[in-house]
Amino acid sequence: MAKWMSVAQVKEKIKESSAEEVTARYLELIGKSKINGYVTVSDKALEQAKKIDAEGHDGPLAGVPIAIKDNISVAGLPNSCGSKILEGYIPPFNAHVIEKLLAAGAVILGKTNMDEFAMGSSTETSHFGPSANPWDLERIPGGSSGGSAAVVAAGEAPFALGSDTGGSVRCPAAFCGVVGLKPTHGAVSRYGVVAYANSLEQVGPLANNVEDIAVLMDVIAGYDRRDSTSIESKTEYQKALVDDIKDLKIGVPKEFFGEGIHPDVEKAVWDAIHKYESLGASWEEVSMPNIKYALASYYIIAMSEAASNLARFDGTRHGLRANGENWHAMVSKTRAEGFGTETKRRILLGTYALSAGYHDKYYLKALKVRTLVKQDFDKALSKVNLLMAPTTPNPAFKIGEKIEDPLTLYLSDVNTCPINLAGLSSISVPCGFTDGLPIGLQIIGKPFDEPSVLRAAYTFEQNTDYHTKRPPEVA
Amino acid sequence: MAYENPDGVKIGLEIHIQLNKLKTKMFCGCSTDYHNAAPNTHTCPICLGLPGTLPVLNKKVVEAAIKVGLALEGEIAEETQFHRKNYFYPDLPKGFQITQYDYPIVSNGKVVIEGEDGEHVVGITRAHMEEDPGKLVHIGSIEKSKGVLIDYNRSGMPLIETVTEPDMRSPKEARRFLDKFRNILEYLDVFDGNLEGAMRVDANVSVHWGTRVEVKNISSHKGVERALLYEIMRQKNVIRRGGKIVQETRHFDEGRGVTISMRTKEEAEDYRYFREPDLMPMRVRDWIPKIKETLPELPDAKRARFIEQYGITDMHARSLTSKIMLADFYEAVCAKGVDPKVAATWTADVFLGELNYRDLLISSYDGGTIGFIHAKDPEVKNSFKVLGMTELVNLFSEGKVSDRAAVEVIRTILDGTEEKTPSQIIKEKGLFKAEDDLVTKAVAEAIAENAAAVQDYLGGTEKSLNFLVGQVMKKTKGTADAKTARELIVKELKE
Repeated sequence: MAKWMSVAQVKEKIKESSAEEVTARYLELIGKSKINGYVTVSDKALEQAKKIDAEGHDGPLAGVPIAIKDNISVAGLPNSCGSKILEGYIPPFNAHVIEKLLAAGAVILGKTNMDEFAMGSSTETSHFGPSANPWDLERIPGGSSGGSAAVVAAGEAPFALGSDTGGSVRCPAAFCGVVGLKPTHGAVSRYGVVAYANSLEQVGPLANNVEDIAVLMDVIAGYDRRDSTSIESKTEYQKALVDDIKDLKIGVPKEFFGEGIHPDVEKAVWDAIHKYESLGASWEEVSMPNIKYALASYYIIAMSEAASNLARFDGTRHGLRANGENWHAMVSKTRAEGFGTETKRRILLGTYALSAGYHDKYYLKALKVRTLVKQDFDKALSKVNLLMAPTTPNPAFKIGEKIEDPLTLYLSDVNTCPINLAGLSSISVPCGFTDGLPIGLQIIGKPFDEPSVLRAAYTFEQNTDYHTKRPPEVA
Repeated sequence: MAYENPDGVKIGLEIHIQLNKLKTKMFCGCSTDYHNAAPNTHTCPICLGLPGTLPVLNKKVVEAAIKVGLALEGEIAEETQFHRKNYFYPDLPKGFQITQYDYPIVSNGKVVIEGEDGEHVVGITRAHMEEDPGKLVHIGSIEKSKGVLIDYNRSGMPLIETVTEPDMRSPKEARRFLDKFRNILEYLDVFDGNLEGAMRVDANVSVHWGTRVEVKNISSHKGVERALLYEIMRQKNVIRRGGKIVQETRHFDEGRGVTISMRTKEEAEDYRYFREPDLMPMRVRDWIPKIKETLPELPDAKRARFIEQYGITDMHARSLTSKIMLADFYEAVCAKGVDPKVAATWTADVFLGELNYRDLLISSYDGGTIGFIHAKDPEVKNSFKVLGMTELVNLFSEGKVSDRAAVEVIRTILDGTEEKTPSQIIKEKGLFKAEDDLVTKAVAEAIAENAAAVQDYLGGTEKSLNFLVGQVMKKTKGTADAKTARELIVKELKE
């Protein structure tokens, strides 16, 4: 059995052999893994596959295995969010996207590693230790959905679900040389996804090719009455997969090629844009003057929402519970022991930004900046169809290299978080290498214009071979 | 004459009411009917705040809030939204409460009450929607508790918090306001004030137009009046001794009837409000006309109509409309063709008086029967039929029973366990007016036939009266009421 298979190939294999055999093969690979991609391997995966073999299933993903980020609730499997504070918590319900996957016949392999509560760009803030980048085991896979990206890159799952609050799907996709989509805010239900920053995040798929992203979106996207921010749409994602971008107008926001960008990254992205040009597209530079404030605004909003979201982890109802002489002492100790340093930092900063006397100066101002950033995108996207830019200014860094310097680490999100602020759709596709490390091209579209984004990504993939490269370290 | 308000009292109220007539909670599908249920049986991942869950707004809550706003003659916000109020408490599963902040659904309303000097307007600053936290149950008493249990059945119950202007000038006016407010809410059929925890009140009070003090979490109308009476006395005495009133929050100890300092302004919490990102802002303007159509006749309008339509007194009309179920009961009785004035007397004066005397609260009305529960013990229940009242009023109007007998019938029904009609009771108890005549006749005979005993009694021998009563009992074969017989004899002999 080939190590890296597309969903179509997996389905073919299931027909030839069985869902059980395919799942067993993935479980075997996971058993030999060197990347610490999975936090929990499901002991029900084989059973699930057997059941599909025995009973038959006509869902679009019948018997196809998938990896799930550990902040998406799967009933009966631990949902740790990379944190100690959720130790012992097993959700009694499925996230909306999991219901959809199960109905489609997918087999859940397990839960993947992530930065604690999705706060980070490297998986180093995970209570379970960092995952390794399959392209260089001494490097981080990106984050926060680093486990999901790493297992897909390493062939330990054909595809995976992550979540993207400020780049958490696209950054690890770029670092691991896989495809990752952040859908428009509202395209996919967030029900059952443990919230980091509600107004910013979306569940997003990661895969080895654009087609599999579309396959997954056709399963998970759509309105869910349990998420009031989700929106009904009739988009058929796989229909967007057309190898033709003639007349496409590309905008290149120069602010996304700022100081500190790796020259090879800059070159690879421009090469990609020129590739589009050769395929019949045109491009122009666009200016987005407020982008420089986006990162600050993003972090203030994300931390403020996070401080509130994480208040429920108080040891009273679920997860870790420390001993204390009274309730307040118990809560303090539980949170002191249960949360990691980065999570505590963000809770403190978020609490500060919302406090009386600082609320207007920080939180309110961040909201105003958010509006300006949105307007910049609206304006740019009124002239062009899509924007293209590097997903991250640099390739994957070494484990431990930046973890002591949070501000530098935060800069990893500089090109991705503005898209979350504006609620747009955006994909990262492999577009080159530097010193053997993958580089990601980010394609940004209007809200709910995933079809244009996917079409451009698909066309690029059909005319290049970056997505066929496999990491040597785990081959 | 205008009320002078000698102590310069200003009272404003913040009232939390549960929309306990709605079927489901505010943000999930859990049933609101948890009052007799085992702890934590009316919960789900959403109202337990499990990680990953999201609130979904129950539209009926917004409709009810708009209904309340319209009944309070307030302005309904065209666009409204929810905020998070962040604080840690064990009964608060998410670590924040979903509430409204700077865009409340209702503002600038009013309620007219019977004030110290006639009609008095109390302004409504705002009313907003929010979710109820769970409930803490102390093992043993609060002071000596060994532990606390948490019941999340209440978590996520829809609440409306109403804030009044500081327009009330006495504890009595505060109580009158609460009575009227509750009455209006019950008319709207969104609220059942009899249920435990249905209404909680915070009262702000100042004297001599000075600094205000907040008394928190009072659970009854009577409690509010008592807390305010105590607090006003306390503040007056602080000032009399040359002290200063500090802005603070106090707790009302129902048992001792005193208020105790909880925290001062400096210790006030910072709730770090921000817009709830999981709920979208709502435009409700288009809902308003339709909701307006469903608005029932409100207490003041009903009272005016009762006076007009049934020719009854303002006092009777006020009393009959003080409870929507009582008003409906009365109208059903009138619809049977009885004399509405007589019916008003029997319903508002006697029937309601007997209910109050027994601490019975009206709790249901289904068009044919009005039901009550005991204020202290909801297991104690009873009911009264429209047909029963109709029959009784008719018997009385036709002169077939005396007023004493009619009262006796009402008491018998309220105290009885078996269902009986008034005529059955009258028959069983021998309460027909004819029986009264029989007693009168027997008294006259007893007096005429026993001149010696009469003389003795008039001479001061009390025992002789007992003899005469015995004679009357003998003549009526025991159907006479001994007390009545005694009174009649005395009356007869004194004249």
